[in-house]
Amino acid sequence: MSGQVSEAALAVLFQCVQMLVVLALAPLLTGVVRGIKARLQGRRGPPVLQPYRALLRLTRKEAVVAENASWLFRATPYIVFTMLWLAAGLVPTFTTALALAPVADLIALVALLTTARFFTGLAAMDIGTAFGGLGASREAMISALAEPAMLAVIFTLAILLQTTSLAAIVDGTLGQGVGLRVSLALGLISLIMVAIAEAGRIPVDNPATHLELTMVHEAMVLEYSGRHLALMEAAGMLRLLLFMALILCVFVPWGIAQPGDGPTAWAIGLGSFLGKLLAAAVALALFETTVAKMRVFRVGEFLGGALLLGLLAAIFLFVSTAL
Amino acid sequence: MPALQFVLPSLLLLLTLGGIGAVRPRSPRTALIVYGGTAACCAVLVLAALVHLLGQGGVWRMPVPVGLPWLRSELVLDALSAVFLLMVNLAGVTASLFGWGYGRAQAGSGHGLEPGRVLPAFPLFLAGMNLVLLASDAFLFLVGWEFMSLTSWLLVLANHREAGNREAGRIYLIMASFGTMVLLLCFGVLAGSAGGYGFDDIRAAPHDPLAAGLAVMLVVLGAGSKAGLAPLHVWLPLAHPAAPSHVSALMSGVMTKVALYALVRVLFDLAGTPDWWWGGVLLALGSATAVLGILYALMQDEMKRLLAYSTVENIGVISVGLGLALVFKADGQQGVAAIAFSAALLHALNHSLYKTLLFYGAGAVLTATGQGGLNRLGGLIHRLPRTAPLVLVGAAAISALPPLNGFASEWLLFQAVLSGPQLGLWEMKVATMVVGVALALAAALTAACFLRFYGIVFLGRPRSPAAAQAREVGPAMLLAMLLPAALCLLVGVLPGSVLALFGDAAAGMVGTPMDSRAGTLAWMWLAPAAPGDGFGGNSYSGLFVLGLTAALTVLLRLLIVRTSDAAVRRGEPWGCGHPDVGPVAQYSGDSFSQPLRRVFAAGVFAARERVDMPEPGEMRPARLEIRSSDPAWTWLIDPLCRAVGWLADKVNGMQFLTIRHYLTLMFGALVFLLTVVAVVK
Repeated sequence: MSGQVSEAALAVLFQCVQMLVVLALAPLLTGVVRGIKARLQGRRGPPVLQPYRALLRLTRKEAVVAENASWLFRATPYIVFTMLWLAAGLVPTFTTALALAPVADLIALVALLTTARFFTGLAAMDIGTAFGGLGASREAMISALAEPAMLAVIFTLAILLQTTSLAAIVDGTLGQGVGLRVSLALGLISLIMVAIAEAGRIPVDNPATHLELTMVHEAMVLEYSGRHLALMEAAGMLRLLLFMALILCVFVPWGIAQPGDGPTAWAIGLGSFLGKLLAAAVALALFETTVAKMRVFRVGEFLGGALLLGLLAAIFLFVSTAL
Repeated sequence: MPALQFVLPSLLLLLTLGGIGAVRPRSPRTALIVYGGTAACCAVLVLAALVHLLGQGGVWRMPVPVGLPWLRSELVLDALSAVFLLMVNLAGVTASLFGWGYGRAQAGSGHGLEPGRVLPAFPLFLAGMNLVLLASDAFLFLVGWEFMSLTSWLLVLANHREAGNREAGRIYLIMASFGTMVLLLCFGVLAGSAGGYGFDDIRAAPHDPLAAGLAVMLVVLGAGSKAGLAPLHVWLPLAHPAAPSHVSALMSGVMTKVALYALVRVLFDLAGTPDWWWGGVLLALGSATAVLGILYALMQDEMKRLLAYSTVENIGVISVGLGLALVFKADGQQGVAAIAFSAALLHALNHSLYKTLLFYGAGAVLTATGQGGLNRLGGLIHRLPRTAPLVLVGAAAISALPPLNGFASEWLLFQAVLSGPQLGLWEMKVATMVVGVALALAAALTAACFLRFYGIVFLGRPRSPAAAQAREVGPAMLLAMLLPAALCLLVGVLPGSVLALFGDAAAGMVGTPMDSRAGTLAWMWLAPAAPGDGFGGNSYSGLFVLGLTAALTVLLRLLIVRTSDAAVRRGEPWGCGHPDVGPVAQYSGDSFSQPLRRVFAAGVFAARERVDMPEPGEMRPARLEIRSSDPAWTWLIDPLCRAVGWLADKVNGMQFLTIRHYLTLMFGALVFLLTVVAVVK
């Protein structure tokens, strides 16, 4: 009994640590990706800690809100940030012994992301300028394809491991080992494509531009300033971290501590997570410097491909198990 | 159980109220009596349903002194009827409340709601729906069904001076008669040669697979056309918006559920042991309906049409749930079948809540502005400060955002889909995956659709003077919206308790209630227990998600207040530095859906855009033309309606025959029927 109690207490502790870890690491990850990209492009680039300073500076600045903005506009940054923080807190990074693991599974995680996106879109349309509508409309098109593609990948994982709970997926992969499968490879490619689209990275969206022809996410947060902008930016950074952590924990879970593990395993979990994250950041920076941004209407084909890959992954699973 | 004794009096009172409504309908007192009485009757029926669901279950019977001499009619309330009775009458209470406020507001504003055409039919419409749910034989069922169809037809024609509404009424009448005829045949097949039309007789009689299969096809056709399954959905977006808003809410929110009740009653109860292909048919039709319905909703530029098409989508989703339940039941996996069936019932309840809420919202906007077109609205969040947040709850709930109710039923449905691989047939394994992806696509498109709906109608800047001068609606209408909004949150946070209500219905229809791993804490958790070797460990808790997001938001807010200065300066919108050209520069409904139209609608709906841009120097305005067509309309409904019109023209001549001709006709008919009898014997 006392063992159970201490295990529960540990899970709560880990959950709090997890929430803080994702919060602390998200700006660093963005800074690292920017830094590596600058190096690859032959620039020196800003210091990796620059995103922290930028966020801090924004929170201190005065918030300017358009005259006809409603309460929804001012509430949205809080809603969006909370949703992403909660979602990022649900993805196992260094341990699967998380208190919130039963509260929301992968499907609920997708829904939390949808909620954040929904409110971002609403806030974008609240001011009544052309840019907000443009961003919301493009984002709606992108997410209409990205979300089912992501769910298709989740279906594949769920069928393979008989669960949609993230912690159980990691435990399952670590425990029994699912081996190399065609479906998993297809699912991985599909999920990476979705992550690129959802996190607003090149070639779907360019986080560093204010060019009306190409921007999607930026067009939606254009009217924000001060602390509201800080929250929206921080939410964007959390989103990037979340997708990376999700891919890492599902496809390369090795090193993550499990319930019952000791302090060494926790340290290994944290260390391996940082290492994997750095590798992912390098990969993303490399990828982003080698591809060009695509036209908005090509995104439909890109994500349609991701959706088909996700579905193929699920169907291949039946074929391979039937053989 | 005393509450159940009030079921029959409530039904009779509803019928009486219809008569009262016809007497001096313009007087405000009549409106108060009719709507107040209807709300009271519906409240009693809600109570009766709750008493039945919370009690020991079982079957409540009460003989009624009508019916055919050899068929003793009864009102029968079992768990399935009680679930649907709850949905219909909850909506009935709020619709009466809304209708009362709506009638008063419309009378004041002169938008032209004719009480004489609404008041008599409104209580009768509800009485008809209740009668369908309580009927225990095919005749009483069909009487109720026709009552429901004809009174709603009258209500569709409430604003008959608009030509569009007359056309909608004509097509609705054709589709409704078609549906009833098919259901009549269905019951005929089920009753067989013994001719037992009571549901008990049908249940007890053996059904050979051929007859059962035929009955299944017929009920899918008949009830499916009423519910709005593709490709028979085309009349919904015509008829539902034509009626006054509280009636649209009932037609879209619960009349379609009554049709689903018929589907469930026949497929799960009356037609005997299911074959797996019954579910296959529902899965195929349901997933196609869901995706097509929401795609078409995305392209609508009228609020109520958009909502009606979104109902088509939801009916598709519920049918997928029912189809999964049938497939699993046929496969002998009752545990999973119970999950799918409960998910379908929960989604039906959820849809009845948020769709009525959204229709009331549309009614409030119509009252406040007189405008129904998306592109003439905007900025209403400032002008309707109480309506706007309530409609936002509805839009978020239908978009399946946690912790609201839409997500709970969708989550449960996905859990059932994910058990698909346990099915015996490999075709069904693959099919469930495809269906799952179709559901996911429909869900994502729904979020886009209601982002567009809410963003264009309530946010931004007003696109017309009417929208700029809107005034908030009265307390009765607001209360009617508040009730379903509160229930959306409550059901979303405590889905476990609601699912416990559905246990008996699931047990009756698929053999076992849904099992929960959460034990005594089941009210907090959505944690379906996996039967056998299957799926396990999945759970979701709306209560925790709500609590956590609230706590985190408060924490965040405190942090922000600490670090930043709380001042907010109001300024011009920045707009990326471009000079502001006014509200016309905002995205309209059409421009919002343009990317989606290009990606999704170019194929099936043949969506085309034509831009007519004048040369520099020409003074004529530029034009953008958007065209799309629903293939079901072109290939199925339009030819059918034209055929009926042609036939009606031909038969019309028979009104003007001489008495001699009539006698000849009767003689001929008699001879023909006698010959038929002789041959059959």
